[in-house]
Formats: sequence, C-alpha cells, structure tokens
Amino acid sequence: MRRSPDRLRRFSRSERWVHLSFGVLMGVCMATAAMLYWAPLSPLVGRRELVETVHYSSGLLLPVPLLAGLVASQAYRADVRRLNRFLPGDWVWLRSSARRSGYYPSGKFNAGQKLNSAFVLGAVVVLLITGLMLHYFTLFPDDISTGATFVHDLFAAAIVVVTGGHIWMAMKDAEARRGLRTGFVARDWAEREHALWAASAPEDPDSPDAPGPEPDPDRD
Amino acid sequence: MGRRVVLGLLGLGALGIVLGSRVGSVITTIAERDPTGLTGLIPGNGRFRFYSVVGGVDETPASEYALTVDGLVEQPATLSFADLAALPQTTFTKDVQCVTGWRVEDVTWSGVLLSDLLAHVGVASLGTAVQFGSFDGVYTESLDMGQAMRPDVLIATSMEGEPVSHDHGGPVRLFVAPMYFYKSIKWLDRVTVTDEVVPGYWEDRGYDIDAWVGQSNGRNDAPIA
Repeated sequence: MRRSPDRLRRFSRSERWVHLSFGVLMGVCMATAAMLYWAPLSPLVGRRELVETVHYSSGLLLPVPLLAGLVASQAYRADVRRLNRFLPGDWVWLRSSARRSGYYPSGKFNAGQKLNSAFVLGAVVVLLITGLMLHYFTLFPDDISTGATFVHDLFAAAIVVVTGGHIWMAMKDAEARRGLRTGFVARDWAEREHALWAASAPEDPDSPDAPGPEPDPDRD
Repeated sequence: MGRRVVLGLLGLGALGIVLGSRVGSVITTIAERDPTGLTGLIPGNGRFRFYSVVGGVDETPASEYALTVDGLVEQPATLSFADLAALPQTTFTKDVQCVTGWRVEDVTWSGVLLSDLLAHVGVASLGTAVQFGSFDGVYTESLDMGQAMRPDVLIATSMEGEPVSHDHGGPVRLFVAPMYFYKSIKWLDRVTVTDEVVPGYWEDRGYDIDAWVGQSNGRNDAPIA
C-alpha cells in the first residue's frame, strides 16, 4: 500500500515567479513612494525626476506578472479561482476567534488570504489609475487632480499597512514561506493550516507538472 | 467575493477622486483644531510636500545669505538678508496649488515684492523679462515683466508666520501666487533681468511657461484662488 507523501506541492514554478516579481516590483514602488512622500526621507533623497521615474515605472509594471500568470499558468488560474470564491466556511472562519486553531478547516487558501489578495488587487488597480492621472495631470481639472492625489495617498497608506501585515504573517510561518520559496510544504503543516486542501492532495508531489490538487471550487 | 471586494474598492476610489478635494479641506480644518495631532497623519491633509530636483542642498543661514540682482538693471547689487529686510515689506495670504493636484490653502507669505526689488535696482529699457536662479545649482525659473510686476509676486522671507525653513526653500524663495507652485523657485539666489523669457527647469520638460492656475498645463477651469 502506498504511503502518503510527506510533502505536498503547493505552488508551481510559474506561480512562484509571479509572486517574486510582483513582490520585487511592489518593494521598489513602495520604497520610491517613501522617498517621494515620507517627510523624514524625501529631503535626504531629493532627485525628484529620477525617483519619480522609478516609482512610476515599477507601478506601471505591476500588472505584468499578474497577467503573465493568467496567460501562461494553469496552476495560477486555478488558484485565482480559489482566491476569488468565498465558501460558507470562510465566513464562519472569519467570525471565529479560534481562526488559527484549525477548528474551522480552510481550503488551499484561508479567508484571510482570500481577502488580502482581493484587497491588494483592488488597491493596486486604484493606485494605477490615480497614478496615471497624476502623471498625465494636464488631462484633468485641478479639482479632479486634487481628488486623485487624495485617493492615491489614502490607498498607498492602506496598502502599506496591509503589505506590512502580509509580511509579518509570513515571517511567523516558516513552512508557508517554504511553500512559496520551493513550491512544496510539509503534509502535517497542510493538514493543520489547510485541512480541506491537504485531504485532496495528489499522490505524486514530485511531478514537476503537477499543479497540486485538482481545483474543486465547491470544496476548496 | 474577490470580485466584489475589487469592485467595491474601485467604487471607493472613484468617489474619492470626485470628492477628494472637498474631503481634503475638511481634514485640514479638523487637523488645525486637533490637539492630538493625529489627524495630521491622514494622507491628503492639505499640507506641503517636499520637492527637490537635486540630491541635497546645503543649508544657507540667513546671516550668510546673498541675493545677486543683475542683468539689464541700472544698479546691479548683491543684497544680504538684512538688506532685503530694509526694503518695503509686503504680506498676503494665498493658496498654494501644485500642478499635480495637491494644494495648501490660505498660506500667509511675507517678504519683498519683486516689483519693489526691481524698483530698487532700476530696470533698463531693454529688460522685458526676469530669470531666477537657485543655490541648488540646477533649478531656474522665469517671468515676463508684466507678470513680475504683479502685486502677488513675492521674494518671500517668511511663510505661515515663520522664517522660510530650509526644506521649504529658505532663507529666501520666490512665491508667484497666481501660478502653479513650480514657478515659485526655492533657495533663490539670483534675479537677472533679461531681454526675453528664458524657459526654466520644468518648462524645458514640457510644463507651460505661463503657469496660471486653472488656465494652463492643459487646464481650462475657473481659478480656485
């Protein structure tokens, strides 16, 4: 009788590249934002044109890894479908103070992760649009430009907070980080953190083409 | 659900774009009365942002400051900070409007009207424009003579009741009230009367020379201030 594999494939190589490149672009965009906007830093850096160009370019490139993933990776598309779909269990999980105990089992992504990805996507789109409005300011009346500035500031602050939270949670979970770094996670971690997903894991985690369990949007 | 979150955020964003300028005013009003100072941390709070086109600008204390006034003038001069203080002083309160959208309302400026400085040195008949230089070594700006003579164009030595700080372009900067804030050159150290307008730093990069708020740089709306 075949033993259950002690590790599961969680992310494909394409998915890891999407996450890495998006993360790098976000890092550059946020660092340059701080140089442009954060009072203690901007007088030390100055160099308005250079910093603005890097900020604007990195921001404009943000959708590229996301779109590339959609086009090129079946695993990525499957995970996007999972992230997009809230199940009844997700609401229960969110309301429960015993969220992290595993009492309410999660699928491949828990409800917090689903909310995070939806928030980041929405915020990035708003930042992109308002950013373009700031860059092409001659197209808009002053009042609208002021509004775009306000929205860009507000959503930038929000995304800094959410990204900070995202990184903080990642630093607390070595196995989650291993999943994104290597593509594989320990089975017992998966059974604790994402029980519904672990229960439907494939037999051969070493297959380089295996994207993980078959997507089953009704369950996970 | 993911879609709904994304669409909700887009909707909030759109609302913010349309209402943002009004919300900003409200936040600023609250921030001025907020004893905790926490409101000042909210983005879009109607305060200044730091811009510099160079890496770092050495601070010049007022005691070492020198303003060179030359070109097509009858009596070229180098004025110290004290010399500027001895000229007729003017104070007025106007909004600051950046071309990208941020604004600061009701800023009180004090200093010497550019027209008073030019009267002090005397403008030669060939002089039809003014060029400004900065001790950041890079930034320049310009006005035609008609603009330069306006009662709302100031060689500013104080803003909001305080001496112009280094970060704000002090000890002496220009303030051109009716135009976008890029015309208001910081770290001013040179006023040169010329026989034609010499486009400045941002104009070389596509910005309008005559930067009237609401009536330039693509805009065609009613002026705010």
